[in-house]
Amino acid sequence: MAVKSYNAGVKEYRETYWMPEYTPTDTDILACFKVTPQPGVPREEVAAAVAAESSTGTWTTVWTDLLTDLDHYKGRAYAIEDVPGDDTCFYAFVAYPIDLFEEGSVVNVMTSLVGNVFGFKALRALRLEDIRFPIAYVMTCNGPPQGIQVERDLLNKYGRPLLGCTIKPKLGLSAKNYGRACYEGLRGGLDFTKDDENVNSQPFMRWRHRFDFVMEAIHKAEVETGERKGHYLNVTAPTSDEMMKRAEYAKEIGAPIIMHDYITGGWSANTQLAQWCQDNGMLLHIHRAMHAVLDRNPHHGIHFRVLTKILRLSGGDHLHSGTVVGKLEGDRDATLGWIDIMRDSYIKEDRSRGIFFDQDWGSMPGVMPVASGGIHVWHMPALVNIFGDDSVLQFGGGTLGHPWGNAAGAAANRVAVEACVEARNQGRELEKEGKDILTTAAEHSPELKMAMETWKEIKFEFDTVDKLDVSHK
Amino acid sequence: MSTVQDYKSSLGDNTSRKFETFSYLPAMDAAQTRQQIEFIVSKGWNPSIEHTEPQNASGSYWYMWKLPMFGETDVDAILAELEACHKAHPENHVRLLGLDNYAQCAGASMVIYRGNVV
Repeated sequence: MAVKSYNAGVKEYRETYWMPEYTPTDTDILACFKVTPQPGVPREEVAAAVAAESSTGTWTTVWTDLLTDLDHYKGRAYAIEDVPGDDTCFYAFVAYPIDLFEEGSVVNVMTSLVGNVFGFKALRALRLEDIRFPIAYVMTCNGPPQGIQVERDLLNKYGRPLLGCTIKPKLGLSAKNYGRACYEGLRGGLDFTKDDENVNSQPFMRWRHRFDFVMEAIHKAEVETGERKGHYLNVTAPTSDEMMKRAEYAKEIGAPIIMHDYITGGWSANTQLAQWCQDNGMLLHIHRAMHAVLDRNPHHGIHFRVLTKILRLSGGDHLHSGTVVGKLEGDRDATLGWIDIMRDSYIKEDRSRGIFFDQDWGSMPGVMPVASGGIHVWHMPALVNIFGDDSVLQFGGGTLGHPWGNAAGAAANRVAVEACVEARNQGRELEKEGKDILTTAAEHSPELKMAMETWKEIKFEFDTVDKLDVSHK
Repeated sequence: MSTVQDYKSSLGDNTSRKFETFSYLPAMDAAQTRQQIEFIVSKGWNPSIEHTEPQNASGSYWYMWKLPMFGETDVDAILAELEACHKAHPENHVRLLGLDNYAQCAGASMVIYRGNVV
């Protein structure tokens, strides 16, 4: 056993935490940070500091370090890479031994990895780009309550994307009027309607009235159309006790799916809710309010692909992914990358999609990506092509804004999605032949024809702020 | 208001009842049906035929027609079975599924013969 002695004082981080010779083990948790250092600080020292401050280290040597085997527990900065097209920063790769973390706790992992280190003075900015969760850690997490295949079986929907609609106006409707908006959408052919994220339990519409009226809408639409329907009842609440109370009531009245905001509501509450959903046969839709605060700045924060992995481990059956084509931010290749992270069981490293590590999910179920925000029937061919069948396509304004009302708007979208799936199965190229496919389908659907006339001219064409790191100087 | 079109659907009208994927489109003709079967075969899924009375279409379990056609890739053979099922149950919905045994979930499901809704 090597004997170490105690020398008080400040030690350079790189002496302990920079280990370019280290080969990560299969059970290490790996992280890739994009580091923007203060001028004049050597890369190795900064990388080592990130490893230290996100694992065992503090700014000075302490005698209690010697009571443990620090070499077993410390994080190791093991590689540094240039960021293509950007000289102000570099990638630092850090390996953390699995023993640093509590089992099944994304809360614990993230408290280390994006804790104090993000305020560290030697850094001008820091971004967590990706994490490799080893299968040994994945197996300790509960994951999505039901998963994609179980959801299909529960809802009896196969071979096409699911269709949803967020009820608008976001705030201010009474429970009875709100249920009317849901019923109209569902009878027109939607699979789901959705509470908006900030609909919780305000004075104009308390949660319990909303749940009751929405369930009446679901039941009637189911009998009327002969198809199974749902509404994401938002159970996000001020306390997790209150959240569970609302979830229990949703189950009691027969709701198939509930909803939670996993970032503002918190990962601890989310993990609790997801486990409850699995135990109670409920589907869980996840909204991501606040994500852009964390993931939009290319130099600082947490990339959405990391937030995606956090959610898959914490648990959720749906997660908003961006649309690529709608009103909200989202680079196409990067989006395809995190859609794979949501759904696939094994994802290979692929820098062209911003994926830094192989990720093995084992038999953990997948999460359905939800495309929502500023989309309408004209986007349908591109959406079916980008997202494929295992997705939820969600049209809010693109349903409710139909000149003939929600049922007609819903029918237009349903006809459009089925026409696109039929054409895709025939081997046609959706994004090239989209107009032709929709126009032909509209011959049998006055609702679709009207929708196509209403939204023809609307486009959102701004360049994305957060691009993948490729040489674009 | 005269330009607004009413959405025709009601509990009292049995033709309002849908039957999932492709039920919002007109019934497929022979060529379109063949293309969808070719798609299912190209995915490596096992064709399976089921039928039911239209009023019972919303349940998980329809009546299986014989057994799933494991490994069958001959489109004409699949068409022949669909037709045989339809002849035996002319009033019923007849659907074709593509069973994906890896996902253990249907990859496709579509009604090929639409039953008599009364």
